[in-house]
Amino acid sequence: MRLTCPLCGPRDRREFYYYGAAVYLDRPAADAPPEAWDEYLHLRDNPAGVTQDLWYHEQGCGSWLKVTRNTVTHEILAVDAVSAADAAEEAR
Amino acid sequence: MRYSGWKVLAQGLRGNTGWAPAWRDPAPKAAYDAVIIGGGGHGLATAYYLAKNHGLTNIAVLEKGYLGSGNIGRNTTIVRANYFLPGNSEFYSHSLKLWEGLEAELNYNVMHSQRGLINLFHSDGQRDAFARRGNAMINQGDDAVLLDREGVRELLPYLDYDNTRFPIYGGLLHPRGGTARHDAVAWGYARAADRRGVDLIQNCEVTGIDVVDGRVTGVQTTRGAIRARKVGMVVAGRSSQVAAMAGLRLPIESHVLQAFVTEGLKPVIDHVISFGMGHFYISQSDKGGLVFGGDLDFYASYAARGNLPMVEHVMEAGMTLMPMIGRARVLRSWGGIMDMTPDGSPIIDRTPVAGLFVDAGWNYGGFKAVPASGWCMAHLMATGESHPVAARFRLDRFATGHLLDEEGTGSQHNLH
Ligand SMILES: Cc1cc2nc3c(=O)[nH]c(=O)nc-3n(C[C@H](O)[C@H](O)[C@H](O)COP(=O)(O)OP(=O)(O)OC[C@H]3O[C@@H](n4cnc5c(N)ncnc54)[C@H](O)[C@@H]3O)c2cc1C
Ligand SMILES: [Zn+2]
Repeated sequence: MRLTCPLCGPRDRREFYYYGAAVYLDRPAADAPPEAWDEYLHLRDNPAGVTQDLWYHEQGCGSWLKVTRNTVTHEILAVDAVSAADAAEEAR
Repeated sequence: MRYSGWKVLAQGLRGNTGWAPAWRDPAPKAAYDAVIIGGGGHGLATAYYLAKNHGLTNIAVLEKGYLGSGNIGRNTTIVRANYFLPGNSEFYSHSLKLWEGLEAELNYNVMHSQRGLINLFHSDGQRDAFARRGNAMINQGDDAVLLDREGVRELLPYLDYDNTRFPIYGGLLHPRGGTARHDAVAWGYARAADRRGVDLIQNCEVTGIDVVDGRVTGVQTTRGAIRARKVGMVVAGRSSQVAAMAGLRLPIESHVLQAFVTEGLKPVIDHVISFGMGHFYISQSDKGGLVFGGDLDFYASYAARGNLPMVEHVMEAGMTLMPMIGRARVLRSWGGIMDMTPDGSPIIDRTPVAGLFVDAGWNYGGFKAVPASGWCMAHLMATGESHPVAARFRLDRFATGHLLDEEGTGSQHNLH
């Protein structure tokens, strides 16, 4: 498996650390109710098919990446940097 | 069909033409008192104990493929009770006791072999952690022996003790740990459940769960609708999809775990050896193959195959630990889908839908759990109450913060 980092180009899977579903970008506010934190930390759609998850280019540029891929075929459909702009939009 | 040495001989002489199927192949009825979705180890054991312990025999197991086509036939067969946390400890202890009586119970040879399991440690800190775990096991009534380096060397002379990164300091021996024949467990429970009148329905995929006013009324399948007031979802790696049919979202992310087997060799590894620091464990099957594996591929996956980096990593770890296996040829490798929970512990519980129960989240440790999971899931479905040894496997423990994080790695699904 290879991921094409937007900054570094196509790189071996071993350079990346997998964190989890991209819902990790939707961090609840500190005073959100426990249910919101349960959603955020634990509950998952867990699709058999196209999903989005977060990877970290640990042995490369150090970017956090939002990867769109298929969990059944292992096909990688898109790799986007989780830029500051994205993060700001997610926070809104 | 019952088996004996005499039958094998007689059948051999008759060209094996007289064997009859071990269980019936019934068509689904329009309604049952209860249905179990999933004909793996847990589903079949649940059906057996529902019939045996609770007298519920108008029940069916619905399996989308053939019985035992899932993880029950893909695992590396380790059976142990070396858990630490209250909640896990009593459950796996109960399971091991059921294993010890299983062959007599089912009149089926599941080849349960208590050859002893050794968890290696490589530092003073790890020794302390294993001493503590061993004490917890003894307090639970199970067995544990803390071995020093020479103690391990006596049992496993062929390991590399002086590896610079992970020198072996000792090991925690769990003498009652071991292995069993995975398929035979499914077949034994299947035959025993069938004998008690349970309908085992194969090639029957559940495609919908009917819920009326918050209560389950039955399921839709590829072989027609089936009514039932009680439905158990026992589908291992497919838990999220099946639960979604009832509008539920589970605290589960699915991951692939790989395993490997070599060509048959003469007996050389007598125990189950676990090299946690290297992500490697190994045992030798009765057929002679070295059966080994490592950790998850670490990214969410529904492919029953993994990627090469983990293959390489497992091989490297094996060579680091026991260079002697370098000449053995790998015969096969495969993968299975693990339903990983955020604390690494399973779920046996009611759901917000009345009459709908869930048995899921077995991570990569659900083979050893088969007897107790079936026992406790049957208890739950029959009585509506959790069995005492499974009382902490609640679905709402994540929301309430009562996690059972055995490895202490935090709420990330792939870290357990
Ligand atoms: C490589 C590997 C190594 C492992 N090693 C060990 C080990 O050493 N020790 C240990 O304790 N555990 C181990 N495990 C874990 C263990 O195998 C699983 O936790 C356990 O088998 C899961 O429960 P099960 O047997 O009921 O699952 P399965 O056998 O997967 O049963 C689930 C069944 O549900 C069926 N199903 C799914 N969806 C539907 C539907 N919609 N309708 C009808 N049927 C459906 C599937 O076809 C399947 O047959 C390992 C797993 C793997 C993959
Ligand atoms: Zn990069």
